[in-house]
Parts: sequence; C-alpha cells; structure tokens
Amino acid sequence: MAEKFDVIVVGAGPSGNSAAYTLAKAGLSVLQIERGESPGSKNVQGAILYSDALERMIPDFRDDAPLERHIIEQRMWVLDDESYIGSHYRSDAFNKEPYNRYTMIRSQFDKWFSERVKAAGALVICETTVSHLLLDGERVIGVMTDRQGGEIYADAVILADGVNSLLAKKAGFHPELQPKDVALAVKEIHFMPQELIEQRFNVKGTEGVVIEMVGKITKGMMGTGFLYTNSESVTIGVGCMLSDFKKQGTTPYALLEEMKAHPAIKPLIQGGEMKEYTAHLIPEGGYNAMPPIYGEGWMIVGDAGMFVNAVHREGSNLAMTTGMHAAETLIELKNEGKAFSAANLKRYQAKLDESFVMKDMKKYKNMPDVFHSNPQFFNDYPEMLSNAARTMLTVDGVDKKSKEREIRGTFRRRRSLFGLLGDTFKLWRAFE
Amino acid sequence: MSAIKVEEKLFQNRYKVDSGHPHISIIDEDKCRNDCQAQACTVCCPAGCWTMEGNGQVTVISDGCLECGTCRIICDEHHNVEWDYPRGGYGILFKFG
Repeated sequence: MAEKFDVIVVGAGPSGNSAAYTLAKAGLSVLQIERGESPGSKNVQGAILYSDALERMIPDFRDDAPLERHIIEQRMWVLDDESYIGSHYRSDAFNKEPYNRYTMIRSQFDKWFSERVKAAGALVICETTVSHLLLDGERVIGVMTDRQGGEIYADAVILADGVNSLLAKKAGFHPELQPKDVALAVKEIHFMPQELIEQRFNVKGTEGVVIEMVGKITKGMMGTGFLYTNSESVTIGVGCMLSDFKKQGTTPYALLEEMKAHPAIKPLIQGGEMKEYTAHLIPEGGYNAMPPIYGEGWMIVGDAGMFVNAVHREGSNLAMTTGMHAAETLIELKNEGKAFSAANLKRYQAKLDESFVMKDMKKYKNMPDVFHSNPQFFNDYPEMLSNAARTMLTVDGVDKKSKEREIRGTFRRRRSLFGLLGDTFKLWRAFE
Repeated sequence: MSAIKVEEKLFQNRYKVDSGHPHISIIDEDKCRNDCQAQACTVCCPAGCWTMEGNGQVTVISDGCLECGTCRIICDEHHNVEWDYPRGGYGILFKFG
C-alpha cells in the first residue's frame, strides 16, 4: 500500500524548507524529499541572507540560526586590469539590532532550517532523488523516487528542486533553460583567522563587509564578481551569463583565478586556506523567461521558477517568499475544502502578484535584454571610468580643464556621443 | 590558461562517487566529433569533466561534477547530453556550499 500525503515538497533549500515549514505548522501532512545526504549538501549560494522573508515565518530565527556576520558596509567596485574605482557605503545604522542582512554558509543554514521544518511536524527524508512526477492525465498525483517501492502519492507536489528544474521539464511543464537565461557562478571559500578579517576589512565583532564587482574581471562578459566576509572565512566568486561563457572561450576556473590575482583583490585573500570550490547556475532570465508556476496539483517555487532579482542580487528571499505563499495557498484551499486544481492554485500567482516578488520581477523585466545587447557596460565603461579617475588624480602639470577635455574626448572616441546618450537612456528605461 | 589545474580545486571537495553509475553521458558520440564546432562543454564545465581527445572525440568523466547543469544547457544546438541527478546520497557533498 503506497503512502499518501497532503503535500510532497521536493527539495530542501530555502524555498522548499519555507513551504514545508509553513504547511507542517498549519497541520497538513507533509513529506519533504531531499537528494543530498543532509539538507544543504547539494546547495550553493554566495551567500547573503536577507532577514525580512525569513523573519515573517520564523520571527525568532536569530536565536539559533547559524549566521556569520551582519553587513555594515557595501562596496561597489568597477575594475579594470590594475585599478578599481568605486563607492563604499558604511553606516552605523546597520549596527542597530535587529540586523537586516547577514552572510551565511548555506550547508549549515539549510540544516538549521530543516530542523525547524522537522520540529513543525514534516517528515523529511534525505539521500533520495525524485526521478519523475507521477501523472494522471494532466494532474500530478505523486512522485517516483529512487528508493525501493519508490512511488509516493500526494494531493499536491511543490517543486523546489532548484535551478535545473528537471522534474517540471520531464513532465513537459516547461522547455529546457536557454544559455542566455542562466549565469554560471564559481566560488571558493578561504579560511583565515578572525583577527585578520577584522584588520583587513576594518570591522569588529560580527560586523561584515560585502564587495560587489563589475568590470574587466569578466572579460567583457555580462557578469559580476563578489567577495563576502564570513566569521572565519572569506567567500570569493565570479559569475557570468552562460551564453557569454559559450562565446568567450575562458574556463570558469581560469576566470576566478585571474580575478583572485587582481591587485585590488589579492591582498584581501592572501594567506587564506581554500577549503572548497563550488559552481552553481543562477536563473537570471527575469520575468520574460519565467515558466508557468502552477498547474493541476503542482506549483513551482524558488530558483526552479526563475525567481531571482539579478539586479539586486536577491534570490533566497524570493525563494522563501514563494515557498511560503505556495504553502499558504494550499492551506487556504484545504481549509475551504477545495481541490488543488489549476483553477484554484491560480491563487498562488495572485499572492505573488500582490507581493514584492512579482512587482520586482516585472520592474526589471527588460534588464537582461539591455545588458545582453550592450556589452560595453561590462567592458568599455569600467576602463573609461578608471582612466578618467587616473587622469584627474595624476598631478603632472596639465591643467584640470585640459584634463576634462581629454576625458570627454576619450569617452566620445570609444563610445560616440550618441552611444553615450543611448546607453544612458537604455539604462534609465530598464531601471525605471 | 592551461596552468590552472581545476583538479587542485576539486581536491578540496567531498564526493561520494557512484561507481558504475555516471549521471551524465553523451547521447551520440559522432555528433560531438562531426557536427559540433564549438565543443563548449570542454571549456565551460566548471569542473573540467569534459575533454576533447586527440582524435576529435569528446569524453566526459563525471566523478568531479559539481552538478550545476552547465554542460546540458550549453549543448543547445545538438541536445546531446543525457543529464540526471546522481542517485540519492551520491555525488558532490558540499561542506559549506
């Protein structure tokens, strides 16, 4: 006799854990299936945790969640081969509790979250891969796992299986991802003594710094680099659109290695001990690339649904919010005695439309296209900015007015006046 | 470029290899050799699992795979990659993620 649950959640990342936690807390019978040896062991993130989304579900998460540092300073760097020009924003306002942003280590965080899910009453099984969905016509009625007698049934299945979203694809709910809609990010974690981090980044206690980078480190590809401070380690990585990687001909690890050797970055990681190298795809296609997110007996949450705000580097908060709303939809329908049909699950979409999730997805819907067709944002501008700064700051007997004229000339030569105006307009349109 | 050994990076990682059950395979080897000009998998795989052999054949050894999905998605002209997740509990086991 096969088992049956109210809901099966596939995956134990932030979206799956949020869904399973919310459902179990409301008393529904929940089975959560994770393919890793423990929750988190297959998951990769930068990683920044935005408090808000988690706090709505677990107000006391700060009591025992494994958090690394709270962010008090954000640096935005534009790099050419030997320089960076940038802005730093540091405020003591970020030192007032409750803190708004933290660095975290995903394998530890997911494990912690999963303990909360179990405590709420969900059944969590690990080391189990779901091979495909069980369908009755259009309707999802369960999952097939790679365990013996692997069929498990449920009234609804929440697909929190991550960016590759294999299950929905195998079921024909959406086509394969396009290389232009995903970024490939690689990163390393370097351990070093806490005191060294405090000195290098001018922080104390659990204060932390985030550095986001654009420029020649991505060799003209659309992408960014990052460096995050953890308690006793620093995470450094770089990510670019897969379609650009395909054209460029540089291996991801070579790109990371060159970035680490940049004169502005090298001193920050010097002496650290590299303990892990990871890679992950980030679904950055935006609103226009989103798959359908619900149907007969199924819903998609998190990365699997392309819920990432690439411009603001947000993902896990969208994952948690979509997981929570998917769960709330099922809880409401269950209480009203309604079926988990596509017509009723439409409410999930409506909840997301009302929330920041879809508002932000829509706001930036043209951003991927703008950057795809205008590589100068990642190539020419960083160098032009750097040259301009160097020209102005070099005291060499040339008057400032002549220097300004020279800078204007360089900008126009490289990009033309219309090009510059056009770029400003395109950026303004995309952000507006 | 070749100076960078991805193996040295992967050496830091934890794996439970499912011997005899590779989760990635090439569907039609002739396609890689004859039809594919780019062979982007051999450059873009972040774990260097894909190699172009001297005879023009592309091979994949998925033991060091980070399970990102790059090779499958990047093969968008030929759709020649059979890609599934490893069996439960096997594959990469991230210590930190």
